[in-house]
Amino acid sequence: MRRLIYLLPAAAFTALAIYFFVSLSRDPSVLPSAMIDQPAPSFTLAGVGDQPGLARNEFAGQVVLINFFASWCVPCRVEHPLLMNVSRELGVPLYGIDYKDKPEDAGKFLSELGNPYGRIGADRDGRVGIDFGVYGVPETYVIDKAGRIRLRHVGPLTPADVAKELAPLVKALKGS
Amino acid sequence: MKAIVLAAMLGLAAASALAVEPGERLADPALEARARALSAELRCLVCQNQSIDDSSADLAHDLRVLLRQRLTAGDTDAQVLQFMVRRYGDFILLKPPVQPDTYLLWFGPFAVLALGAAGAAIYLRRSRRGPDRAPAPLSAEERRKLDKLLAEDGA
Amino acid sequence: MIAELGHFALALALVLAIVQSVVPLYGASRGEPGLMALGGSTAIGQFALVVLAFAALAHAYVTSDFSLATVAENSQSTKPLLYKITGVWSNHEGSMLLWVLILTLFGAAVAWFGTGLPPDLRARVLAVQGMIGAGFFAFILFTSNPFLRLSPAPPDGSGMNPLLQDLGLAIHPPFLYLGYVGFSVSFSFAVAALIEGRVDAAWARWVRPWTLAAWCALTVGIALGSWWAYYTLGWGGWWYWDPVENASFMPWLVGTALLHSAIVVERRDALKTWTILLAIVTFALSLIGTFLVRSGVLTSVHAFAQDPSRGAFILLLLVIAIGGPLILYAARAPSLQGGGIFAPISREGALVLNNLLLTTAAATVVFGTLYPIFLDVVGGDKISIGPPYFSLVFGILISPLLIAMPFGPLLGWKRGDLLAASQRLIVALGAAIAVALAVLLFVRPAAVLATLGLGLAAWIAVGSLVEWSERVQLFRIRFGDTLARARHLPRAAYGMTIAHLGVAVTVAGIAASAWASERIERVHAGDSISIAGYDLRLDKVEPVEGPNYTAQRGTVTVTRGGALVTVMHPESRFFPVQQMSTTFTTIRTDLLSDLYVVLADGDGQGAWTLRVYEKPLVPWIWLGCGVMALGGLFSLSDRRWRVGAAVRRARAAAGAAADD
Repeated sequence: MRRLIYLLPAAAFTALAIYFFVSLSRDPSVLPSAMIDQPAPSFTLAGVGDQPGLARNEFAGQVVLINFFASWCVPCRVEHPLLMNVSRELGVPLYGIDYKDKPEDAGKFLSELGNPYGRIGADRDGRVGIDFGVYGVPETYVIDKAGRIRLRHVGPLTPADVAKELAPLVKALKGS
Repeated sequence: MKAIVLAAMLGLAAASALAVEPGERLADPALEARARALSAELRCLVCQNQSIDDSSADLAHDLRVLLRQRLTAGDTDAQVLQFMVRRYGDFILLKPPVQPDTYLLWFGPFAVLALGAAGAAIYLRRSRRGPDRAPAPLSAEERRKLDKLLAEDGA
Repeated sequence: MIAELGHFALALALVLAIVQSVVPLYGASRGEPGLMALGGSTAIGQFALVVLAFAALAHAYVTSDFSLATVAENSQSTKPLLYKITGVWSNHEGSMLLWVLILTLFGAAVAWFGTGLPPDLRARVLAVQGMIGAGFFAFILFTSNPFLRLSPAPPDGSGMNPLLQDLGLAIHPPFLYLGYVGFSVSFSFAVAALIEGRVDAAWARWVRPWTLAAWCALTVGIALGSWWAYYTLGWGGWWYWDPVENASFMPWLVGTALLHSAIVVERRDALKTWTILLAIVTFALSLIGTFLVRSGVLTSVHAFAQDPSRGAFILLLLVIAIGGPLILYAARAPSLQGGGIFAPISREGALVLNNLLLTTAAATVVFGTLYPIFLDVVGGDKISIGPPYFSLVFGILISPLLIAMPFGPLLGWKRGDLLAASQRLIVALGAAIAVALAVLLFVRPAAVLATLGLGLAAWIAVGSLVEWSERVQLFRIRFGDTLARARHLPRAAYGMTIAHLGVAVTVAGIAASAWASERIERVHAGDSISIAGYDLRLDKVEPVEGPNYTAQRGTVTVTRGGALVTVMHPESRFFPVQQMSTTFTTIRTDLLSDLYVVLADGDGQGAWTLRVYEKPLVPWIWLGCGVMALGGLFSLSDRRWRVGAAVRRARAAAGAAADD
C-alpha cells in the first residue's frame, strides 16, 4: 500500500503529460462563440454611402451569411476574392457589416476591390459587433431560417473553410 | 495567416489611445467605482493578459463604455457581467464562475491542503508508534574494533 | 564562418554531454576512479564549447550579421549596441542558448567546487547534468538552431519589440535562468541519491549551497521581471498572474519549500523522501514552465502563433526528464526511510507546516494556470482565470504560513515548547497590534485587509528579530557578551533572519497598495493636477527624436506645498519599424513611495492625457525581494558549506595512515 503512494507523483505527471500532448494539437487562439444556437441580435444599421442599410428583420426566414469587415483590416483583403464568389457558390445571400470604420473609407475599399455583399450595414461604434460577440475582424456568421446563429468563423475564410465548414452546414440548413 | 490577423489586431491595439480615458468616466463616483471594479474582472479579449480596465485596445474601450452605459441604465453588477458573458462566454470573466466544471479549480487547492495535512498527520503518528529507532548499544568486541579504527585514523 | 564555428561547438557539446551521461555513471557503479573523474573534464569542456557558441552568436548580433536568420528577425542596425547584445537572448533560439550556457556553467561549477564530494556521488550528479544537457543540445540543434543562415541575406533586420529595449528586462532572463537552471543541480543530486540508494545528512549539506544559489537568483529574477512590468507597462501593476509569470513563481514556491525541508534532512535525518521529491518537482516545474511558454498551448486568445513541433520536442524531454526520475523515485524511495522522530509541535513540525502550505500554494498556481487547458481538453467550457481567482485563493493559503513564520525558529528540535515560544513573541504581537491601530487611526481611507497586512508584516519583522535576540541573549546578559555572541553566530543564522525580514518588507509593500491613489486627467500646457499632497504641472510637450523612435516629451514640474520636488519627463514613443507606440513612464521614488507619471496620446490640439499614480511603499515589494536574496547570500557564504576542507584533511590523514 505504501509503495502505491510513492507512485502517485509519477501517475499525476503522466496525466499532465497526456493533457499537454492533446493540447498541442489544439488551437488556443480561437475563441468559440458564446452565441451559437442563440438568436442573432436584432439591429438596424444605416448603409455605406447612399446605399440602403441592413436590419435584422430584413432577412428573417432565410439562411444568410454575415461577414464583419473593415477597410483597415488587412486579412479582409486576403479573403475578399473568395467572398466575391461565395454567395453564388453556396446559394445564400452574403451581407456585410462594416465594423468601426468610416463609410467613405469603406466605399473606397469596395470600389477598389469590388462589392460582394447584397446589403451592407455600417456599424460605426462597434455596438452591433459586440452584440454578436465579435472581437476582431474578419468574422463570418451563418444564420439559419429561424434567425439563430449556427456558426462563427474567426479570421479570413479559405477555400478549405468554405468547403468543409460552411458548405455542408448551409446545405443542411437550406434543406430543413 | 494567423500572424497577419493577429498583427492587424495588435496594430489596432497599439495605435489607439488610453485606458479609462477621462472622457469615459461617469459623473457619479459610486457608479464609477463600480465600473472600475467590474472592468477589473473582465478580460481584454485582444490582449495578452489584461483586464479591460488596464488595456488601451479599442475593444477594451468599447466594452468599458458599454459597461458604464449598462450601469447608468440601472443594471446590477451581476447583470452587467451576465450581459458580457452572454456575448463572449465565460472566457471574458477573469474570475471563473463557481459551477460544476470549475469545482475542481475552486476547491482543488483546499482539497490538496486537506490531503497534505492528513498525510503529514499519518506520517507523524506512524513514525512515533514505530519501533525505537535508536541504534543498539555496541558490544564489547565492536567497541574494541572501533577504538582500533579511531586510533589508526589519527583523527 | 564564426557562426559555423559556433554551430560546430554546439554539436561537439552534444557529443560531450552524451559521453558525460554514460561514462561517469558506469564508472560510479563499478567504482572506477578514472571513469568517474571523466565527468569533471567533460563538464568543463561542455562549458567552454557553449561559451564559444554563445560568443559566436553575440558576435553576429553585435556586427549585425543579418545572414543569420535569428539576427535578421530580432535585430536592426539602428538598435543601440547595448540592446544588440541583450537582444541575443530576447528571442527563443538565443534564450535557449543562454539556458544551456547556464546549465553547463553549473555543471562546470560542480566539477570545480565539488571536489569535496565523494567521487561516486559527484560522478552521478554530473551524469544526470549531462543527460539534461544532451536533451537540450538536441532540442537546440534540431528545432531551434540560432545559427541557421538566410540566403540571400536581407539588408537590414526587422528589429526588436520596442518594449524589450530596456535594461531591466535585458538582465532579467539571465537571473531567471540562473534560478531555473540552478535547480537542475538539486535535481541531479536528488536523482543521484536515488540511483545510489542513499540520502543522509551529508547529502543535504552538499545540496544546500546549490539550492540556495539557485533560489537567490530566481528571487532576484522574479523581482526584476515584476519591477520591469511596473515601470514599463504604464498601469502601475506589478503582477498579473500571467502564465509566463506563474511559470517562474511555481518553481520559486517549491524551491523555498525545498530549502526548508533540506534543513530537516540535515539536522534530523527525517523527511528524506519528501525532500528528494521536492528537488525533482522544483526542476520539473522549471521544465514545465519552459514548455508552457515556448510551445503555445497556453496563450491568451490573440497571442503570436507558436511552433507546435518545438512543443512536442520539449514535451518529449519533459517525459524523459521528469517521468524517468519519478518512476525511479517510486522504486527507490520506500527504502530511503529516515530515522528522526519528532513531535508535531517542534521545529521539524513547523517546517512540515511550511512545506505543506508552500506546496499547496504552488498547487494553486498550477491549478489556476493549467485549468483552462484541462477544461479545453476534456471538451468543457472555455474559461479564463485571472488575478481575481489567484489573489483570493493564494492569499487565503499563504496567510497561515506568514502568521506561523516567527514561531518556527523559536521551537526546539524534536519537541518544542509552543507556550514558551508564544510568550517570547508577545512583543511581536504588541508591535503588530500597535502598527495596525496606528494605521487604522491615522491613514485614510480605511482598508481592513491592508491594515491587517501591515500588522502581519510587523509581526514577521519583530518576530524574526525576537529569535535573533534570543540567540544573543539581548538584554539578558552583558552587552559586550551579546556582541560577542552576535559576532560568532553562524552566517546561516543571519541569513535566515535577514531573509525573513525581507518577507516582512515585501508583505508591507503589497499591503500598502490599498492606499495608492490615481488621477487621470486631460490637461493643456500650464494645467496642474493634485495628488497625495503633490502638485504636478504640465509645462510643455515637445517632439524629440530617439535612436529608433520619435517621441512626444512632456515636462512636468512636481511641487509639494510650493517647494520644488523634481521635474519629470514622461514620453510617448513611436517606433516606425514596428509601427508600435509605447509610453515611457517616469517614476520618482524616495524609497517610501513612488510618484508615477505617464503621458498618453494627445488629441492633436494641445490637450494631453496625464496619468498620475501615487503608490506608498511600493518600492518595498522589490526591496524586500532584494533583502530575501541578501539573506540567501549570507547563508551561502557560511563557512560550514565548505565541507571540502574537512574532508580533504581527513582523507590526507587516512592516506598517511594507510601508507604505514
